[in-house]
Amino acid sequence: MKEQPIIEIKNISKKYKITHERGGYIALRDVVMNIVKQPFSYLKTKAKSVAGLEKKEDFWALKDVNFTVNKGEVIGIIGRNGAGKSTLLKILSQITPPTEGEIIMRGSVGSLLEVGTGFHPELTGRENIFLNGAILGMGRKEIAKKFDQIVEFADIGKFLDTPVKYYSSGMYVRLAFSVAAHMEPDILLVDEVLAVGDAEFQKKCLGKMEDITKREGRTILFVSHNMGAIEKLCPRSILIGSGQIRFFGETREVIRFYTNDVLDIAKSVNVATKRRHGVSLNATFKGISFSDTSGNKIEHIQNGSTLIINLAYKSKNYQPLENVRIAIAFKNLNGQEIFVCSTEVSHLGTINLPAEGMVGCKIEDFPLSRGSYLITVALYVDKQLEDFIEDAAKIEVENSDFFGTGVMFPTTWEGKQVLVRHSWII
Amino acid sequence: MSSTTIIRPKKLFHFSDLKEIWQYKELLYFFTWRDLKVRYKQTAIGVAWAILQPFMTMVVFSVFFGGLAKIPSDGVPYPIFVYVGLLFWQFFSSALSDTSMTLISNQTIITKVYFPRLILPISSVLTKLVDFAIAAGILVGLMFYYGYMPHLTGFLLIPLLLIITFMASVGGGLFLAAINVKYRDVRYALPFFIQILMFITPVIYPASIAGKYSTILALNPMMGVIQNARAALLGTAPINWILLGISFIACFVLLIVGIYVFKKVERYFADIV
Repeated sequence: MKEQPIIEIKNISKKYKITHERGGYIALRDVVMNIVKQPFSYLKTKAKSVAGLEKKEDFWALKDVNFTVNKGEVIGIIGRNGAGKSTLLKILSQITPPTEGEIIMRGSVGSLLEVGTGFHPELTGRENIFLNGAILGMGRKEIAKKFDQIVEFADIGKFLDTPVKYYSSGMYVRLAFSVAAHMEPDILLVDEVLAVGDAEFQKKCLGKMEDITKREGRTILFVSHNMGAIEKLCPRSILIGSGQIRFFGETREVIRFYTNDVLDIAKSVNVATKRRHGVSLNATFKGISFSDTSGNKIEHIQNGSTLIINLAYKSKNYQPLENVRIAIAFKNLNGQEIFVCSTEVSHLGTINLPAEGMVGCKIEDFPLSRGSYLITVALYVDKQLEDFIEDAAKIEVENSDFFGTGVMFPTTWEGKQVLVRHSWII
Repeated sequence: MSSTTIIRPKKLFHFSDLKEIWQYKELLYFFTWRDLKVRYKQTAIGVAWAILQPFMTMVVFSVFFGGLAKIPSDGVPYPIFVYVGLLFWQFFSSALSDTSMTLISNQTIITKVYFPRLILPISSVLTKLVDFAIAAGILVGLMFYYGYMPHLTGFLLIPLLLIITFMASVGGGLFLAAINVKYRDVRYALPFFIQILMFITPVIYPASIAGKYSTILALNPMMGVIQNARAALLGTAPINWILLGISFIACFVLLIVGIYVFKKVERYFADIV
């Protein structure tokens, strides 16, 4: 008899309602005051909401997602921010219910959406191991049995009986991950948890995870932005985009598809209509363009020359903007950030801008090697994040005679992204 | 395979929920253990707080209400009379206010890990039950001092009274916790509300002064509890089974309403915080 798949996901959809009202908490006082002040308009909206006529925008974070996973498979889940990866994982780990559909998971489920969930700063390392273990679904006996292994893996030694609030952040993360790494569910759901901790420990964790999957045959769903980690751990992956499965197959293929997909989106970017997440939008970017020193618009640049990034902006109420901060981050197509230009560090004094206009960022001696790069832009007004557009535009970089020697870059340099001016003392 | 999880759009209430809470009893234990540990860890006199608070209140009330204002106490010395009331009242009020905050104060855990959410309020009431047990030590001392010996029925009644108090504080707490998620006024209004509630509950005065209205007041479950606690422990009056019955039913209804509202909010809680 053929074994049933360990995870079956059938037509899963998740709907969020976006109500167009101010954010934050509602105070009961305000609600009561509203009723008293404007009883009729209150009744009208109430009636509308009862009749289902109110202006609420439905947002499908996931729409008809179907897939199955067999026992022992390790599946990577990738996708851009807001594509629905985390929502899927939250539904699988039962933190939020789906709006439609059904999931069957045959076996015990452990989820790791964060390391150190429920750690209490006042409690000691020893006490937190038990508490965190219990929160992650381990029994007291099970924790006691694995206690020594956990302590050893975390390498916290003599600090075991110190409250964790005195731990260095490295120690804290090590302990937290160590507890998590000793969970033994049949199905493990992991979200971007490896983004914390120092490089050496990350390596150790990856090693541990590889160990678990190979030796113990556990089924794992692994969400990450780290393509390297995904490629290393997961033979097969799922690409999620706009709440749907775009591609499910061998990891290498999926990553290739993803990189091309990112390109497509960047090509057709229209800044004004791009979807933004969690920003107040009192001032927004209206357009992004690249130019050279003489002001000609460009889409390609040779490394070593000067690039100017022009950001058009506008404030919503035609108010001048005070205490402005602008940041531009450069990413490669794997989503890895390479460098950031920010007024916070490179511009002295506060920046005040008129209600509408253009700001330029000039990068001399452009230091990246041949390839495509995406830029993400952020606009802060008075420390408030007003606009944030991920992968807002793409720039193509061509190789040039960067070092002024006339020698072509050897092909082995392909993929080495940063060029550094240097000379030799001989 | 040992266990199968099926995830569907959530139903409001299911009897398997109760079974699930039982499955998670170890986590319930750990949450209670955490709350107790953390609370007494950074205090100079530690567990003594659980005794000091009702004891000092008893002393002050005895001096002012018993001694100076001469509030009647059904023929029982005022200190022991008021202490029985305070013991149950503080269990109820502190459990109620803690429970109403559980969802908010544990939101980092709730948004990251699944477990039956009902565990959180139950654990905070259990924490208060431990305080109750400690503070009850003083009562034993007072009873010896004033020479009161509870008869057996009275003694057996205590668990029932605790169950009613438990249901009242969990029920009310769940209801408040659910509202607290959406309307943050609750945390400001609650201390005030509890204070008022104390004065309409016979904590510092005997229930007998309510006369014929006492059946209406009995809808306040804590009235039945405190009056019968005095009857059981101090023999102030025969045990009023009717009053107890009313209290029990009122608590039960409160508990059901509380669970219903809580369950309703629980479904989308992780989405809105």
